[in-house]
Amino acid sequence: MMQHPPDSLFPLAVSGLDFSVGGEQLLSGLSFELEGKGCTAILGPNGSGKTLLLRLCHGMLTPTAGSVRWGEATPVQALPSQAMVFQLPAMLNRSVRANIDYALRLRRIPRDERQRLVQEAVELCGLTEVVGRNARVLSGGERQKLAIARAWVTRPRALLMDEPTSELDPLATREIESMIQRVVAQGVRVILATHDMNQVRHLADDVLFLEYGRLRAHLPIRDFLNYQGDDTMRDFVAHPTRSGAIS
Amino acid sequence: MSDFGDALVASAGLLTGLNPDLLEIIRLSLFVTLTAVCIATIIGIPLGGLLAVKRFPGRGFVVLVIDTFMGLPPVVVGLIVYLWLSRSGPLGVLGLLYTPTAMIIAQCLLVTPIIAALSRQVIADAHGQYDEQLRSLGAARWQRIATLLWETRTSLLVTVLAGFGRANAEVGAVMIVGGNINHVTRVMTTSVAYETSRGNLTQALALGIVLILIAMLLTLLLHQLRRLNVEPG
Repeated sequence: MMQHPPDSLFPLAVSGLDFSVGGEQLLSGLSFELEGKGCTAILGPNGSGKTLLLRLCHGMLTPTAGSVRWGEATPVQALPSQAMVFQLPAMLNRSVRANIDYALRLRRIPRDERQRLVQEAVELCGLTEVVGRNARVLSGGERQKLAIARAWVTRPRALLMDEPTSELDPLATREIESMIQRVVAQGVRVILATHDMNQVRHLADDVLFLEYGRLRAHLPIRDFLNYQGDDTMRDFVAHPTRSGAIS
Repeated sequence: MSDFGDALVASAGLLTGLNPDLLEIIRLSLFVTLTAVCIATIIGIPLGGLLAVKRFPGRGFVVLVIDTFMGLPPVVVGLIVYLWLSRSGPLGVLGLLYTPTAMIIAQCLLVTPIIAALSRQVIADAHGQYDEQLRSLGAARWQRIATLLWETRTSLLVTVLAGFGRANAEVGAVMIVGGNINHVTRVMTTSVAYETSRGNLTQALALGIVLILIAMLLTLLLHQLRRLNVEPG
């Protein structure tokens, strides 16, 4: 069986997080803590640092200052227990089944168990009809489903998702949202960067709102939706379409 | 025109009759070229991979040199190898001049930069596309390298075939270091040049046909490989 550090993965503690490139400060002084259940939406205009924050939490980037800790572990140490679905996931030039299986082979899971886990992931993500197809010829929606299946099959405790529906039509978007709900229902902690306020309403339990690389607010979803201030955050809440245009 | 037609018919006769001299030349050509391409592949692909994924001081200069060497004039390579292998040269004591080994060395020098430069580009593109995803999935460094090589296998094979095409068509360098000695270092391209200069169009044309057939076979292989590139694996 796959080995995970037990509940030590949470809280996810981000403390005084800075990230800069070439002298330009892209994230500044972010601090927050997330507990081990539910779905958190990271919201904010384009360039506010949503993707950067996810990649720092995932361990793909190293902070300029501050820290990210999954329990006691660094993001890289926590990689076996936390996975990420990229906005444009890279697909290996092999079948859907082999793409999912690849993630398990990296962890040296025995073949019989791999077959069972792949089958479960295929069914959970609605990929049964395309399981033998080459991943590079899938539609955008199917690719995102495969990316989620490939991340989920390793049974992560936390799943980071970077705008998983930004390239998809409404039908595919609903399918992906429904998958995310199923994943959350299984106890996986989801952290989702998105522009889509409808998605936030449907999926999120709380919201991290970023602007210009700073954390403007970390609010439960109800408080966020009732926010009455006169600023960009209010614009997101009150005019989701216009906010999308701004972003 | 009738001379050409007669020569064409006669050359077809040589080929279908499996002329022993002709077969010996074809065999030596393929031996020299395939050996050179194998060695160039063993050096070129790891070198290309290293330049694609590692950053080190002087990397830009090495890339510039290799890219420049892709277009090396074969006669210049032949001349340099000749100077090194000639009796008064630094490696003259080895007695390799006018042997198939000297021809292999010259072809290696011509083909290695081609395979290294093309594979560097192939692997760099794949590295940019896959590296973060593979790290995210928990792949160790050696697993990422193995995956990149497997994912780019078709494109890498294409670079090897491009190197083979270059080596197979080469005449200047192998003429200088091989000397075009009958039954020793005479290969298809040098033989075509030699027989044409003697007016023996029949054998020149027969070997020309073989060279064209090899080029066609290579092109066919390349087309098939490109099609295979999106087949399920």
